[in-house]
Amino acid sequence: MNIVVCIKQVPDTTEVKIDPKTGTLIREGVPSIMNPDDKGGLELALRLKDEFGAKVTVITMGLPQAEAILRESIAMGADRAILLTDRKLGGADTLATSYALSGALKELGYDLVITGRQAIDGDTAQVGPELAEHLDIPQVTYLEDCKFDGNKTLTIKKQLEDGYQMVQVDMPCLVSVLASSYKPRYMTVSGIVECYDKEIEVWNVDNIKVEEEKLGKKGSPTNVKKSFAKAVKGQGEVFEVETEEAVNLIINKLKEKHII
Amino acid sequence: MNKEDYKNIFVFVEQREGKIQNVGLELLGKARELADNLGQEVYAMFLGHNIKSQANDLIAYGADKVLLVEDESLAVYTTEPYTQAIAQLINDRKPSIVLIGSTTIGRDLGPRVSARVNTGLTADCTKLEINEEDKELWSTRPAFGGNLMATIVCPNHRPQMSTVRPGVMQKMAKDTNRKGEVIDCNINFNKDKFKVKVLETVKKEANIDITEAKVLVSGGRGVANKEGFKKLEALAEVLKGEVSSSRAMVDTGIMDHERQVGQTGKTVRPNLYMACGISGAIQHVAGMESSDYIIAINKDKYAPIMQLADLGIVGDLHKILPLLTEKLQQELKK
Repeated sequence: MNIVVCIKQVPDTTEVKIDPKTGTLIREGVPSIMNPDDKGGLELALRLKDEFGAKVTVITMGLPQAEAILRESIAMGADRAILLTDRKLGGADTLATSYALSGALKELGYDLVITGRQAIDGDTAQVGPELAEHLDIPQVTYLEDCKFDGNKTLTIKKQLEDGYQMVQVDMPCLVSVLASSYKPRYMTVSGIVECYDKEIEVWNVDNIKVEEEKLGKKGSPTNVKKSFAKAVKGQGEVFEVETEEAVNLIINKLKEKHII
Repeated sequence: MNKEDYKNIFVFVEQREGKIQNVGLELLGKARELADNLGQEVYAMFLGHNIKSQANDLIAYGADKVLLVEDESLAVYTTEPYTQAIAQLINDRKPSIVLIGSTTIGRDLGPRVSARVNTGLTADCTKLEINEEDKELWSTRPAFGGNLMATIVCPNHRPQMSTVRPGVMQKMAKDTNRKGEVIDCNINFNKDKFKVKVLETVKKEANIDITEAKVLVSGGRGVANKEGFKKLEALAEVLKGEVSSSRAMVDTGIMDHERQVGQTGKTVRPNLYMACGISGAIQHVAGMESSDYIIAINKDKYAPIMQLADLGIVGDLHKILPLLTEKLQQELKK
């Protein structure tokens, strides 16, 4: 069984701060990590490998420094790692990104394609379904749990807002995984040694059969018109008073606002 | 592609077990406003099985036309039948804008459709507007975990597609006198492509919908434990509201995910939001900042929530909440 896991290097957005003077992101000192949902997806791939035997390939599209998360994946147990990097891919929105990835997936071959549900820097949750569409395979998103029959059928527990759904699908297919579904394993000592011996394969657009006009910024239907820091609401009143007085203040305000 | 060929606004109105989801009605309200600005019409795309009797409701909530698609394969949502139907409606009728609710279903469907009809999709928008100069749809959404806002356009492809989270837009008051037309649509399904089979759908019991509550008493890390949680519950009961929470309390297992407010939870806009022991991380604020009136109770006067609150109380919620509950009870008896 060939499993390909698509992963992304993202800034740890819980560490991102805004410069209050300029309203821009302070990127300095913000660590780069493997996107948490993707890491959950990699863990699913490795569990399938442990139980049934599989070749697990990880691929990321990004800048050369994304090599770090590929090495981390090998240290966790992935067999092969591809870095798809090219200036022509720069500025891609989700449609152009998923198109480029689909070109790579077609070269690699796959039974199961795994993505994270969404990346924490963009939160769009679009690349998985768009990739499935480009590959013309079925998708199951929001995967919470999954059982493989050892042949070709997956039985999947899929998260909904108000419960869950059990669905069945045959491979080849694509699933998108939640970080909370699978606690990722730690890198092993031998894995950490091995990950520096193993070659990271670096691909550019010449390695994939794609139409160049559908790549990167040129191939992206959407673009960012402007970005800005959130407008800060005018500050209200803050009181540091005894409990009794605080309670009276709240009750008076609730009356004033006709809430009680 | 000729942009002039594309006009009108299509809204995907989601139903589950025949029950229309609120977010669809909210989007009809927003679409009405955008369509009036453009001098165009609002179409509701209403898919399911045996749902015709509800189609007129969508007109009452702002649709001019309802594109009704009924088929057995649409009774329970799966990606492919819905994608085929929506893609055909788009290709046949060429809308300028398509809006979809950002639910687990909408987020599964939206990107599949946009890739199939080869256009752009902007996810989880908090603001939609028609730009006065170019008459394009400008969609604004949070990025970088809510640290930044970005306005996205789709200048050379049609339709312009966006998803919007539940609770962000407001539905119109229901007006049963509004006139409109329900159109039965036939879809040429390719059933060989239906490959995902639903075995069962399990609903969690005792569903509460915090997005519908007028008052939310919300707890964060400072609530600490189940005892603290009971104080929130008691106050919520007196105020005829619901209890909600930040992610911290969901992660510790004290609260259910369905009560979580914020970027990975729900977006709420109650009349009163009481943030108790919540520091106000940007991911939380993204889900509650449109509340009408915000009271924060926190030990830390420098907590970010104090910047946002209309009334900030620096103090111990474990002392303030019980006394407030007691005094409110007396107050309401008067």
